[in-house]
Amino acid sequence: MKTFRKGGVHPAENKLTAGSPIRQAALPKQAVFSLFQHIGAPAVPVVKKGDVVKVGTLLAEAGGFVSAPVHSSVSGKVNKIDAVIDASGTRRQAIIVDVEGDEWEPAIDRTDNLVTLDRHPELDAKAIVEKIKNAGIVGMGGATFPCHVKLSPPPGCKAECVIINAVECEPYLTADHRLLLEHPDEVLVGVSLIMKAVGVSHGYIGIENNKPDAIALMKERAATYKDIEVVPLKVKYPQGGEKQLVAAITGREVPAPPAIPINVGAVVQNVGTAFAIYQAVMKNRPLIDRIITVTGKSVSQPGNLQARLGTPFSQLIDECGGLPEDTGKIIGGGPMMGKALLTLDVPMTKGSSGLLIMNKAEAKRTAPQPCIRCAKCVSACPMGLEPYLLATLSAHAQWEDVERLDVTSCIECGSCQFTCPSHRPLLDNVRLGKTTVMGIIRARNQKK
Amino acid sequence: MNVILIAVIVLAVIGLVAAAVLFLVSKKFAVHEDPRIGQVASYLPQANCGGCGYPGCSGFATACVKAADAGSLEGYLCPVGGQDVMGKVAEALGMAPVATAPRVAVVRCNGTCENRPRQVEFDGQQSCRVQQMTGMGETGCPWGCLGCGDCVRACQFGALKMNTETGLPEVDETLCTACGACSKACPRGIIEIRLAGPKGRRMVVLCNNKDKGAVANKVCKVSCIGCGKCVKVCDKFEAITLNANLAYIDAEKCKMCRKCEDECPRHVIHAFNFPPRGAASQNPKPAVTVKKEEATVEKVSRKE
Repeated sequence: MKTFRKGGVHPAENKLTAGSPIRQAALPKQAVFSLFQHIGAPAVPVVKKGDVVKVGTLLAEAGGFVSAPVHSSVSGKVNKIDAVIDASGTRRQAIIVDVEGDEWEPAIDRTDNLVTLDRHPELDAKAIVEKIKNAGIVGMGGATFPCHVKLSPPPGCKAECVIINAVECEPYLTADHRLLLEHPDEVLVGVSLIMKAVGVSHGYIGIENNKPDAIALMKERAATYKDIEVVPLKVKYPQGGEKQLVAAITGREVPAPPAIPINVGAVVQNVGTAFAIYQAVMKNRPLIDRIITVTGKSVSQPGNLQARLGTPFSQLIDECGGLPEDTGKIIGGGPMMGKALLTLDVPMTKGSSGLLIMNKAEAKRTAPQPCIRCAKCVSACPMGLEPYLLATLSAHAQWEDVERLDVTSCIECGSCQFTCPSHRPLLDNVRLGKTTVMGIIRARNQKK
Repeated sequence: MNVILIAVIVLAVIGLVAAAVLFLVSKKFAVHEDPRIGQVASYLPQANCGGCGYPGCSGFATACVKAADAGSLEGYLCPVGGQDVMGKVAEALGMAPVATAPRVAVVRCNGTCENRPRQVEFDGQQSCRVQQMTGMGETGCPWGCLGCGDCVRACQFGALKMNTETGLPEVDETLCTACGACSKACPRGIIEIRLAGPKGRRMVVLCNNKDKGAVANKVCKVSCIGCGKCVKVCDKFEAITLNANLAYIDAEKCKMCRKCEDECPRHVIHAFNFPPRGAASQNPKPAVTVKKEEATVEKVSRKE
């Protein structure tokens, strides 16, 4: 069975919600739409206070090429445009809508029947990308990179295959797993749309073999679609990183930044993105909701919720049995790469794949001990970096050395910190180094 | 015998040739350094802190010599050595000493544990720069002190220490050289290198919060809400300006009348090193003597 070669770790899977069907979350009373739901330029509001909006109405348009529009996921009235605390922990601009009823834009097809690609032979690559762009679709695995940018390969690069990321290597999270089980055909149509958009004839769906039911189902359904191959993968974290997935499936190594998977001919999209693309292109439905796993060992009813964007996390937790008493830490995303939240009023965004509630015992970090030079972090690093060195140099602000040691290649997967027997805060420091060096590089490029 | 003689002669010849080459090279490629640079550098404290803005003390000495050749030492100050050292430097270069007002580091945040309770706990690497990446930090104030002590570690002179009760760093003014290392280390730019003021007296807005009043009000009991009352009360001297919801006192224009301190509804404006108020108005003399005594005690402790 295939997997990537360099590094990797095996955290406990804890997929508590793998067997819970997707539930529909209730409508929020007030929805908050951050203008920063994607990487790139913030969206620019096109509504103002007092405007009446429906489900699917455009709230904010893309602020540049690398940007994405934001649509309303609820119907109601725009309350205000103000700064709110979002999952990044900073106060940023958002559009706040008071919810009244549930009225949809008439153009959206709300039926469940499957629309396949052969029913729309008129759709060409350009039309598909345009629809994706207008629907505000971003990478749903958590990186939130605007989807249409990835589907428009830069000059000189030719896509050779499409890889769908259904690995879900983060412990606890099961949103993608449930999506495969409950909407396999929609996902497959989404994959064929992506293949058509970038003009390639071969598509792979990478699934880790801790989801045998999903692999079996997808293999059975994929047989009816042309040139889509389901690839079972050996379980190893961080296989869901796009560079790791490309290496696992095609055997090609993506070079250090600024190279991206397209430089080796691969276009990687998350399975949630494929589903959203199906809905956008075939059903005219912009990105207004997503599946999120609300989980944790102390949560009374953990589950996978299909929730509207802009729903506050506090409401999602209430739907899963409320906040447990021994809550120690609440994390937006998975335990390895997620970010601890400062408050529960944070609204759900396009990149929210999970909400993990750790109890006090789990959340406690062990006090760090001195580095014993065992180099476990070096063998665990999937990018072939030296985390112990990067961390020390970052802590002492030696930015030139940090840059020379390729810190910008770091994917912040946390394998180094996970594997460290001395419990050193390696990722904290490496992330500091990466952020600072990226800032330095940006400033240098601007000067030029 | 013959072998030994040959060896000695060969070695002697090699030595002579090498000596001649070295002599010629040292003459031909000699680096001429202005002797004044070494002289100026000998007066400098050799802390190599970079507080002057030059790479180390010898870099500053070179710059001083260049400036002297250009005609003026204006704007050149070794913050560590201060007036005394600059006087000696000026003398060595044959220039008139330029008087510069002493400066001191001021922590512009008064968000103590009491005024600004911690809402969440940060358990990562205890570094302000790392905590800054989490966004707001522990208190919900995106502008205030993070309390991990990056500034304390940056100070080479032991002038900063963390007060565990308030969770804020404190500046020991007798040790502070205003080199600015702490100010650069702070990811939120809270520490300002400010004019120390006459007798060390100064008025400072102890807040760095540029949020709107309603937001700033919620996160901290002593945050500047940008109401502008201080600006109005200071209309005569125009020392206070309001920029991005934050008041700022221009130390050069401030006349130390302390009206703004009374006017501020949030008690953000602090008076440093003034004699106690009640005593000063009723019986000013003793208060001043007390101050002098304190000053001597400080000086003694510094010498120790």
